[in-house]
Amino acid sequence: MSCWQTIADYGLRSLGYGERLLPRGDFTLCQQFTLIGSGMIWNIYFGVLALLAGFFLATALALGKASRVWLLRKASEWFIFVFRGSPLFIQFFFAYFLFVSLKSAVPALAPFTAAWLGALVVLFLNTAAYTGEIFYGALLSIPKGDTEAADAYGFSGWNKFRKITWPTMLRLAWPAYTNEAIFLFHATTLVFFSGFPALRQRGDALYYANYFADKTFNPFIPYPILAGYFILLTLAVIGVYGVVNARLNRHLPRNDRPKLKIRPKLIR
Amino acid sequence: MTRSVIFGYCANPETLEGIAWLSCFLTTGKHMSFYVSFGTVLLLLAITAPTALLFGFGGASAARSRIAPLSWFGRGYIAVVRGVPDIAFFLFFVIALDQGFEWLRHQALCPDWDEPIRQGNDFVVCAAAKLPLSTADQWVHEVYGFFLAVLTFAIVFGAFAANVLFGAMRAVPHAQLETAAAYGMTPRQTFWRVLVPQMWVYALPGLSNLWMVLIKATPLLFLLGVEDIVFWARELGGSKTARFTDYPHGDWRMWYFLGLLVFYLAFTRVSEIVLDRLMKRLTRGQATAGGEAQRKAAA
Repeated sequence: MSCWQTIADYGLRSLGYGERLLPRGDFTLCQQFTLIGSGMIWNIYFGVLALLAGFFLATALALGKASRVWLLRKASEWFIFVFRGSPLFIQFFFAYFLFVSLKSAVPALAPFTAAWLGALVVLFLNTAAYTGEIFYGALLSIPKGDTEAADAYGFSGWNKFRKITWPTMLRLAWPAYTNEAIFLFHATTLVFFSGFPALRQRGDALYYANYFADKTFNPFIPYPILAGYFILLTLAVIGVYGVVNARLNRHLPRNDRPKLKIRPKLIR
Repeated sequence: MTRSVIFGYCANPETLEGIAWLSCFLTTGKHMSFYVSFGTVLLLLAITAPTALLFGFGGASAARSRIAPLSWFGRGYIAVVRGVPDIAFFLFFVIALDQGFEWLRHQALCPDWDEPIRQGNDFVVCAAAKLPLSTADQWVHEVYGFFLAVLTFAIVFGAFAANVLFGAMRAVPHAQLETAAAYGMTPRQTFWRVLVPQMWVYALPGLSNLWMVLIKATPLLFLLGVEDIVFWARELGGSKTARFTDYPHGDWRMWYFLGLLVFYLAFTRVSEIVLDRLMKRLTRGQATAGGEAQRKAAA
């Protein structure tokens, strides 16, 4: 069987298209590359959507934590503490069993027990908490002169936030936020190992890598392939975030522009 | 059937209700194993943290070595582990280490074995090289599994620690090292007497962050095949019918995992408070921004 045939059969296997059965014997390198790559679709799906949605909640959380209203402040602090203080792995398990219990009470919530929605919600809340803390730190370190100058020019309320506070906060937080994004993509590999079932063997990249390692009893091929894919994904994330970083800093003199330094700390 | 029970009134579970039922339910033998597994987690942390620090120290020292291959090895170790999802490493190392150990024993113990070790999809070593031996007791298997887990954690977290210590070594003011050289110290003396004692203040924020990350990584023990708290929470929480247990109940896994969530929150909170105090103690009198702030606050 040629490699093109394998790609046609298994390229979209993680979404349920193509060959129904996974390969059973005589595993070729092509099969391993194709299936693990197919699984990456899920990692990208979880990562991109959670980051996009999490960004907005994180801004709200940062503002809430810096708020003068007691209730908003406490609520944001607790939210951030709960999601940053406990392992994501346990959060997945808890959420899955919570959704399973809820399903028996409210049948309309059934989609939440599937990974595509349930795990996405957990990742979304989790990244919002981590990013919220980063944004909060950045919010506190906005130079006093910037906000005073905004006041002097007559900015206030929404306008001041939209044009001065928010862009400065993002600019200061961006290097740390890039790390958080990389870190989140890595965390997406936990999904199918933490309660959420991979229905009809539609899993993510690590799920397939683990499948091959179990079947061939040889971890030295599938895991390096997975590692290669993730290094490419990490480089892509750095590229995209670098473009945004350049835009956020475009008003600064060239020498003062901060470079993105990548220091991911991997486990959450 | 005799049961070992802690409270005398637990002898007849069918007749119990409310608090009494719960107190009996929570003291069954399986629940005791569940509580013991919290000890497993703490044991893992107690062994892994110093081992990882040792690995990290080795990695960082290697990375700044003047011998090129050693330096490449140190830098490579730090870079690879940082670029790839940690859980992939956990899954990888457990099999890879196991096969590595069996291969080494195979080479040593069965020199006249003529079949290939990798036969298609199988990894075959002679019976004497199996780890643990197939005749060994159950506890040997468990201890070996736990040992592999500790080693895996130490390798992965050693790379993170190496990264932190490598940064800390570079943060020590260079003038200090030059002064040491000017006083005639050899590179080895400079390293042990000047660089190492001073680097800890710079390393502590990174290391305390690493400790928090390490705490939050402990549930991954479950993936390594150790009977840890996640294993028992799933096991005990699943719904049980009266046929298999004296304490039938529905699906309570949600509550068990809520318990684990609270355990981890408390653990990280306590660590945070202790590490904050430690940092305050260490910065006292240091020529850093933190030390300066403390001095001003006191004055």
